[in-house]
Amino acid sequence: MDNLLSIVIFLPSLAALILAVVLRGEDAASQKNAKFLALVATIATFVISIPLLTQFDPSNTGFQFVEEYDWLAGLKYKVGVDGISILFVMLTTFLMPIVIGACWTVTTRVKDYMIMFLILETMMLAVFSSLDIILFYVVFEAGLIPMFLIVGIWGGKDRIYAAFKLFLYTLLGSVLMLIAILYMWFEAGTTDIPTLMQHQFASENMVILGVTIVGGIQTLLFLGFFASFAVKMPMWPVHTWLPDAHVQAPTAGSVVLAAILLKMGGYGFLRFCLPMFPVGSETMATFVMTLSVIAIIYTSFVALVQEDMKKLIAYSSVAHMGFVTMGIFAINQQGLDGAIFQMLSHGFISAALFLGVGVIYDRMHTRDIDAYGGLVIRMPVFALIFMLFTMANVGLPGTSGFVGEFLTLTAAFKANTWIAFGATTGVILSAGYALWLYRRVVFGDLIKESLKGITDMDMREKLMMAPLIFMTLLLGIYPALILDLIGPSVSALLEQVHAAQGVVMDAAPKAAAH
Amino acid sequence: MISTDINTALPEIILAVYAMAALMLAVYGGKDRLSGFIFWATAGVMVILGLMMAFAPAGTTSAFNGSFINDEFARYTKVVMLFGSAAMLLLSQDYLIKNKLFKFEFPILIALATLGMMLMVSAGDLMALYMGLELQSLALYVVASFRRDSIRSTEAGLKYFVLGALSSGLLLYGASLVYGFSGTTNFAGIAETIHGDNLDMGMLFGLVFLCVGMGFKISAAPFHMWTPDVYEGSPTPVTGFFATAPKVAAAGLFARVVHDAFGGAVTDWQQIVAFLAVVSMFLGSIAAIGQTNIKRLMAYSSIAHMGFALVGLAAGTEQGVQALLIYMAIYVTMNVGVFAFILNMEREGQPVTTITELGMYSRAQPLRAAALAALMFSLAGIPPLVGFFGKLFVLQAAVDAGIAWLALAGVVASVIGAFYYLRIIYYMYFGDEADALSVRMPMLHKVAFYGAALIMLVGAINLFGVPPIAADAAASLLK
Repeated sequence: MDNLLSIVIFLPSLAALILAVVLRGEDAASQKNAKFLALVATIATFVISIPLLTQFDPSNTGFQFVEEYDWLAGLKYKVGVDGISILFVMLTTFLMPIVIGACWTVTTRVKDYMIMFLILETMMLAVFSSLDIILFYVVFEAGLIPMFLIVGIWGGKDRIYAAFKLFLYTLLGSVLMLIAILYMWFEAGTTDIPTLMQHQFASENMVILGVTIVGGIQTLLFLGFFASFAVKMPMWPVHTWLPDAHVQAPTAGSVVLAAILLKMGGYGFLRFCLPMFPVGSETMATFVMTLSVIAIIYTSFVALVQEDMKKLIAYSSVAHMGFVTMGIFAINQQGLDGAIFQMLSHGFISAALFLGVGVIYDRMHTRDIDAYGGLVIRMPVFALIFMLFTMANVGLPGTSGFVGEFLTLTAAFKANTWIAFGATTGVILSAGYALWLYRRVVFGDLIKESLKGITDMDMREKLMMAPLIFMTLLLGIYPALILDLIGPSVSALLEQVHAAQGVVMDAAPKAAAH
Repeated sequence: MISTDINTALPEIILAVYAMAALMLAVYGGKDRLSGFIFWATAGVMVILGLMMAFAPAGTTSAFNGSFINDEFARYTKVVMLFGSAAMLLLSQDYLIKNKLFKFEFPILIALATLGMMLMVSAGDLMALYMGLELQSLALYVVASFRRDSIRSTEAGLKYFVLGALSSGLLLYGASLVYGFSGTTNFAGIAETIHGDNLDMGMLFGLVFLCVGMGFKISAAPFHMWTPDVYEGSPTPVTGFFATAPKVAAAGLFARVVHDAFGGAVTDWQQIVAFLAVVSMFLGSIAAIGQTNIKRLMAYSSIAHMGFALVGLAAGTEQGVQALLIYMAIYVTMNVGVFAFILNMEREGQPVTTITELGMYSRAQPLRAAALAALMFSLAGIPPLVGFFGKLFVLQAAVDAGIAWLALAGVVASVIGAFYYLRIIYYMYFGDEADALSVRMPMLHKVAFYGAALIMLVGAINLFGVPPIAADAAASLLK
């Protein structure tokens, strides 16, 4: 199949179109039909995407499953995957059926809700596989529309504020990237991502308004992309939209946001910033790593004092994403491996944590930590599963959370001891807030009247959790599964970065000699 | 000689003869009983002329000693204007009938305004420019106050007239300076007197006044003051008309003058155009935030959009003109769609224009809300909707021309602007329930409204082949 990747990308949208055109009515039966159709579509997408992984050749560091068609005005519709993006594509197709499962309790405007998620899936898959930079921008930004509506229509009490904040924050970051993209298009004369990766953008220092910019154009372009990905990631101090969006978003929205959408930022750093602006990345590496460490420590402290479970997990997400950026900008093998691993692992863990909060929220309709306590007595299965993911969130060895944190910390230690020192305190803090949350919600005496009648997880909820448990443990016990897959692509990327930096380093003394 | 001249300007002559014949017919014939016929006939003539232009053989011809130019650029803008005018004319019927304004003068005035616009974009001479501009403006002053018994409409017409006359005066003053210092009114002649980028003082003053005059017509800030009031006060179909074809004509004229007459002095006018662009984008975006009247909101939106279009012009390159042309075509399509909707915003027969009235519109009319949301996202320039591509080409032209700072300002303004388009979506989808609006929507309006929304959604596939056509048009202007 030559266009397997395109089929995977557009299948969810096709299902959305069918839903939009065919299905009518808001009664219980048609709601059920909408949910089933969406579930079938996402599962089908996952099944069809499996050959992408099985036929993928890890030793080939180029792009595979490449498709290329002419688009408008000299642009191309070009998609393909390499060792880095394949995993994000798989993560997306793997998680979407679970996300649809998490929508099962929704009863308002179900059809529209399903359509939004299906369109969002297409956009996310296209982000991870597009090989044309304008196409990337289009789908990167287009994902905002369904997310805006998901938070705005199906969200909580302050959903409007959260939806606007989410949209405008991300948009502001993205448009700065657009300018950088346009400049690259102009400078390199192409929008093809593989070609752009080979292109050497000028890196001579330049002076703008009396300020010397080390790394010149590359640093400026880097900053343009950084604005977008840092917001998306999100990094301190532009993370504030995330807790608001998470708290207000419906459970499924939170899962998508934390598990997949945040990864777009990290993916963007790997796909664009490192290979295309190696000098700019080098120049800014310490800065980014410092921000990462601040994020890890600061947001961990903030998480400690949260009263709202979702907010707590949201801040913990920011902290974990701090490990990712720290790993990426250590610019060494462990760092990149660790960052990618951490993103995948966080995809499973944060999804499970938000689902867990969703489980008790569906029963009690509150997310206040104080409203709970002693759940273990009435909900033993929930307590067990939630403990597993709490531990994974802390980074307990044996779970996937450990591998990512360990690798990124090793990498940071190689790059800068102080950064590693700071980040390690974040590990301790994460144990603090995660375990404390667990203690307050699950342990203790069941004294609250309202909790006396609470029921344990039902079949649907267990089924949603099962694949996540499996993946978390599998990756924790046998991380080579992932590391072997990404290894060649990561080394190729690093070689390219070092080579490009080497060219510049070699050129610099010569220029000075003249 | 004269026959080739007439051939070159044939579409304009046909429209002029048609407008006068229709006027005679209606005055001496059945008066307002003929309105329906004249509406359709006028739209028909416009569409036929548009098709004539669209399939006209390629190449540049000029007539009347170079004062009338018929090139790809002129034809492209004329096609956009003629289709835009015809669409708005047909959409206006229903509203005019309901408000007892269904008079035969209306289509004839629109035809004359369109004729003026066609002359504007074909002008090759300062005199021809002024003639076209005034023909257009005088017809528009009248239609702005078409609802004679409404204070708002009369006020709109008067305001438009006084400020329009002022701008015409400034433009004329500029034209006279240019004539005085170059010794000719012909664009090609003016271009010959310009050597390099250093215009002499007189020419520079002339250029500035010309730009100010055209800035008024295109409603670029800081010459935008008339726009919100005129948009709000005029009858809605007239507002819709203002927002479409005349904007294209003014943008076309602007491009024509700066490139044909002042093509040798790009850096001189680039600063002026860039200034107009930045101020318009920010003013349009920021001032619209506080608006609750959808017509006023669209007025500020048009100011911001004109700012964006001017970014393309400020690039001063062929690519920039191409981007401007694509932008205008997209802009007209979006506005036809949005106004097809606004014309039907009413409750119990009374038009409503407050955006809060759209509260939870998505529940009452899911399909219409979705279509309007598509148009709003497109106006905000969010991909994958077509409005984004308009912005993309404009920004690309600016970056390629080395004025990345202007592109940067543009995107920041577009984020601010996104807020108020989102606000409409917010009312429709997350707001408080408002009383239901009338569900009635004539077939024609549905076609225009859903058609425009559909174009926004599927246009990303190849933009209907517009970019290469616009590229040819831009090439013919900068030849």
